Amino acid sequence: MGKNLKIFTNGLLRENPLVVLMIGLCSSLAVTTSVFNGIGMGLGMTFVIVMSEIIISLFRKIIPNSIRIPVFIVVIATFVTIVDFVLQAYFPALSKNMGVFIPLIVVNCIIMGRVEAFASKNGIFQSSLDALGMGLGYTWVLIVISIIREFFGAGTFFGLAVLPEKFTIGFFSSAPGGFFVFGIIIAITVAVKRASEHKPASGKKTTTEGAN
Amino acid sequence: MSDLIRIFLKSCFVDNVVLIQFLALCPFIGMTGDTGKATGMGIATSFVMVLATAVTYPLYYFVLAPFGLEFLKILIFVLVIASLVQLVEFYLKKAAPALYSSMGVYLALITTNCAILAVTLNTISKQYNFVEAIFYALGAACGFLLAMVLMSGIRQKMKTAEAPDFLKGTPILFIAAGLLSMSFGGFAGLI
Repeated sequence: MGKNLKIFTNGLLRENPLVVLMIGLCSSLAVTTSVFNGIGMGLGMTFVIVMSEIIISLFRKIIPNSIRIPVFIVVIATFVTIVDFVLQAYFPALSKNMGVFIPLIVVNCIIMGRVEAFASKNGIFQSSLDALGMGLGYTWVLIVISIIREFFGAGTFFGLAVLPEKFTIGFFSSAPGGFFVFGIIIAITVAVKRASEHKPASGKKTTTEGAN
Repeated sequence: MSDLIRIFLKSCFVDNVVLIQFLALCPFIGMTGDTGKATGMGIATSFVMVLATAVTYPLYYFVLAPFGLEFLKILIFVLVIASLVQLVEFYLKKAAPALYSSMGVYLALITTNCAILAVTLNTISKQYNFVEAIFYALGAACGFLLAMVLMSGIRQKMKTAEAPDFLKGTPILFIAAGLLSMSFGGFAGLI
């Protein structure tokens, strides 16, 4: 049980794809202008990574080693297409906001990396735990970034007006603001990591290695 | 003609793929440590980007659309780009070994470069004609190359600059990218 828990929390904190491994950054900066976009993107991504890891892990003994990468791409692209159509049908506004970044989940290094490094070697239960951890790890960082950007940029919190119009800083919802907020979040993560390294290290590193 | 130039300038400066649209951040952060590498990656990506647009555009309009298979476009485009990269790699290995040895290592990384997929999908969603699509891709490619070279130059200066302890390492890179992106925001009124 402890091992499974560790697999799950691995993606949430220690090997968080965004703030620690720093892969799959593109979508995280582009769509985080409002919290709803952030949540939508995060959940879409989580769905794709969980389903892909489950399928790949089921078929991991059948897929020939030499053509595994094209097979992974086909599986991932299928689920991305599903997410794309579901969003277009039921959440047209959300789909329009995120635009090309939904199809771009296909080439997100996080999914490819986890599928290659974890799902192709582990059983279905552990793979789905790993995928869930990675997906939720991605989602919570997205939500944090988008809360900051939405609060300062548009003066709203989950769409509710909080800051009066004249106090908003448009900079945060534009492109440069995304880079700044992410830079600061990385800085905080590094600082927290450094502080925790001064304490005696507890808990061994799991065998799952980071992707890129 | 002026339309084509406008599309080119717009996709190169106003809608710069890296700095304004947040595409291809992985090579932008990962490969710009050294100007030579950044230029190599930039040229290889630009080349594949234009080539991929030239291949996927007819494929969409002459194969997928007539048979009502538009829903397969994500899948097909990714596979086309991946196989295209392989083909280019084989060809260069055979025909231009010197070029291959300088560009080869970057080619493998390009498959998962999101800017390429995004550009090919954008040309479809913007409903460009073929020539416009090529100019759009050319502009995006130039913009990518420009961003890579600029960032690598900034990083070289940053090696000797004093950064606050808190921001040392990767965070300051993002701050610099933010400043660069802000300066590109100045192009917004150009077109």
